[in-house]
Amino acid sequence: MSSIAQKPRLKTSAMIASIAAEGQRTKSAPFGHALVELARTRQDVIGMTADLGKYTDLHIFAKAYPERYYQMGMAEQLLMGAAAGFAHEGAVPFATTYAVFASRRAYDFIHQTIAEDNLNVKIVCALPGLTTGYGPSHQATEDLALFRAMPNMTVLDPCDAHEIEQMTPAIAAHKGPVYMRLLRGNVPLVLDEYDYKFELGKAKLLRDGKDVLVISSGIMTMRALEVAKALEADRVDVGVLHVPTIKPLDTATILREAGKSGRLVVVAENHTTIGGLGEAVATALLCAGVTPPFRQIALPDAFLDAGALPTLHDRYGISTNAMAATIKGWLG
Amino acid sequence: MDTSVTATHAQLAEHAYRIRRNALLMGEVQGQGYIGQALDIADVLAVAYFRAMNYRPDDPEWEGRDRFLLSNGHYAIALYAALIEAGIVPEEELETYGSDDSRLPMSGMASYTPGMEMSGGSLGQGLTIAVGHGLGLKRKGSEAFVYTLFSDGELDEGAVWEALMSAAHWKLDNLIAIVDVNNQQADGPSSQVMAFEPLVEKMEAFGWFTQRIDGNDLDAVIAAFDAARSHPEPKPRMIIADTRMGCGVPFLEAREKNHFIRVDAHEWQLALAALEAGRQA
Repeated sequence: MSSIAQKPRLKTSAMIASIAAEGQRTKSAPFGHALVELARTRQDVIGMTADLGKYTDLHIFAKAYPERYYQMGMAEQLLMGAAAGFAHEGAVPFATTYAVFASRRAYDFIHQTIAEDNLNVKIVCALPGLTTGYGPSHQATEDLALFRAMPNMTVLDPCDAHEIEQMTPAIAAHKGPVYMRLLRGNVPLVLDEYDYKFELGKAKLLRDGKDVLVISSGIMTMRALEVAKALEADRVDVGVLHVPTIKPLDTATILREAGKSGRLVVVAENHTTIGGLGEAVATALLCAGVTPPFRQIALPDAFLDAGALPTLHDRYGISTNAMAATIKGWLG
Repeated sequence: MDTSVTATHAQLAEHAYRIRRNALLMGEVQGQGYIGQALDIADVLAVAYFRAMNYRPDDPEWEGRDRFLLSNGHYAIALYAALIEAGIVPEEELETYGSDDSRLPMSGMASYTPGMEMSGGSLGQGLTIAVGHGLGLKRKGSEAFVYTLFSDGELDEGAVWEALMSAAHWKLDNLIAIVDVNNQQADGPSSQVMAFEPLVEKMEAFGWFTQRIDGNDLDAVIAAFDAARSHPEPKPRMIIADTRMGCGVPFLEAREKNHFIRVDAHEWQLALAALEAGRQA
């Protein structure tokens, strides 16, 4: 009987791929722990999922508050409809699934049962953008575009564990529906080094730079900070403006920073070029008559490949190395 | 390949063994995979591909073929194992499973793999597509059947019930659906995530000719496929197959049930050996 155990192991396209680099500081299940902490003082908070409790870190909450945890089965439309009903009865449901299933599969239910009535439902979704190599069925490359387009919806894209911990109570305090992208499992810890505090609706300048301003959200802010450090060696001075609230957009801060002359403005996002942060920023700038040199780093308008996540991040230009090379190329 | 209704129990058992073996070898490439599911469904796939279905291995898009829709895309490793055994996918590609630029990605997608009729992964969609195939084949006057495999967890999705109702409404007697009841989904046992029984009564009430079998009893699987194809009433046909995760490799079968089995590096050889021992027994 032949075996292939001796050969070097090939790169996997497994569904759950860590986005943490080797040796990077991480925190385990920041959302799950933050929700447990929140639930100590908020009796109205409940947890709901569609057969993905273990994979959205909601199992931490389920263990702490089993009587406030609702397993709705693999039925995303039911999840959203039932969350709406729960909200009508005074609860604040945190409903979890993968970003693809909330954005694509349950869109009409969120639109009609939750958003139209401005209900207090928090939709928290794992595997945002390109954070799995499992193929288009699980790659949520259009979620920001879809939820930006939905009236009443607040749309959030956190960068790291530190931000998720702060974002969780903040969205509970906010009245109205929220779509929050989630990083789950062992989540990188980055922003604590920048004395960062999340505020709903606020963009934050994490570092200033005279040559380039990267405007970014989610994991792309982590990448932008790495790029800024890498390009210091080439005497390129890169500033990073983190925009965790995609909607409503902090237009004032974006106009102020992008309006400073002499900088290339680069919007970097873990999302298709269509309808995400890049187009939101571009519209804001043009409408205000602010027209710096402008570029987008984003995923292509395509069904992405299956494969190992580092391979795909390189292939689609959102790895630190690819991003640094692209920006250097633009500077000539 | 013509429908080989004469394939014997012994021949089908050998095909099922080789499908399981192919799946284990692919799992070994990555050190992981939905191995429990591949092992549980191998008997069904052996009967589907080596007794029930019409197809041409060298022409996977042959118009007269029976269609096989894998709704549960994460079972792709099982279907690849069958497609390799059937000669539709070359055996050499087994070693590329789940790797960058492979035609055999971890989740089944129509655009990647010869013989893969749909892109699964977003669950509960296969039966809806099968309804369209069934209607389209009838419209063309085709004699071909459409088969679809889905899992008990997919019964959670409302779309499945929309399709169940529709298939009966349209009297799709060219549609044969197989539900793999292994009682395992992402968050735990399917029956605890969302209770789904009694299945036979539900399917019959929806207007389906329904059989419930031990999906790892080869003779029962053969009889169910034969009866599904030859049933005289103008109804869609349902085979509810109760299966055992890890079937064929006793130590995996006995392992605490898990949706995604972790197999340690040294265990692949043990699994292959256990499978081989079962074949000779």
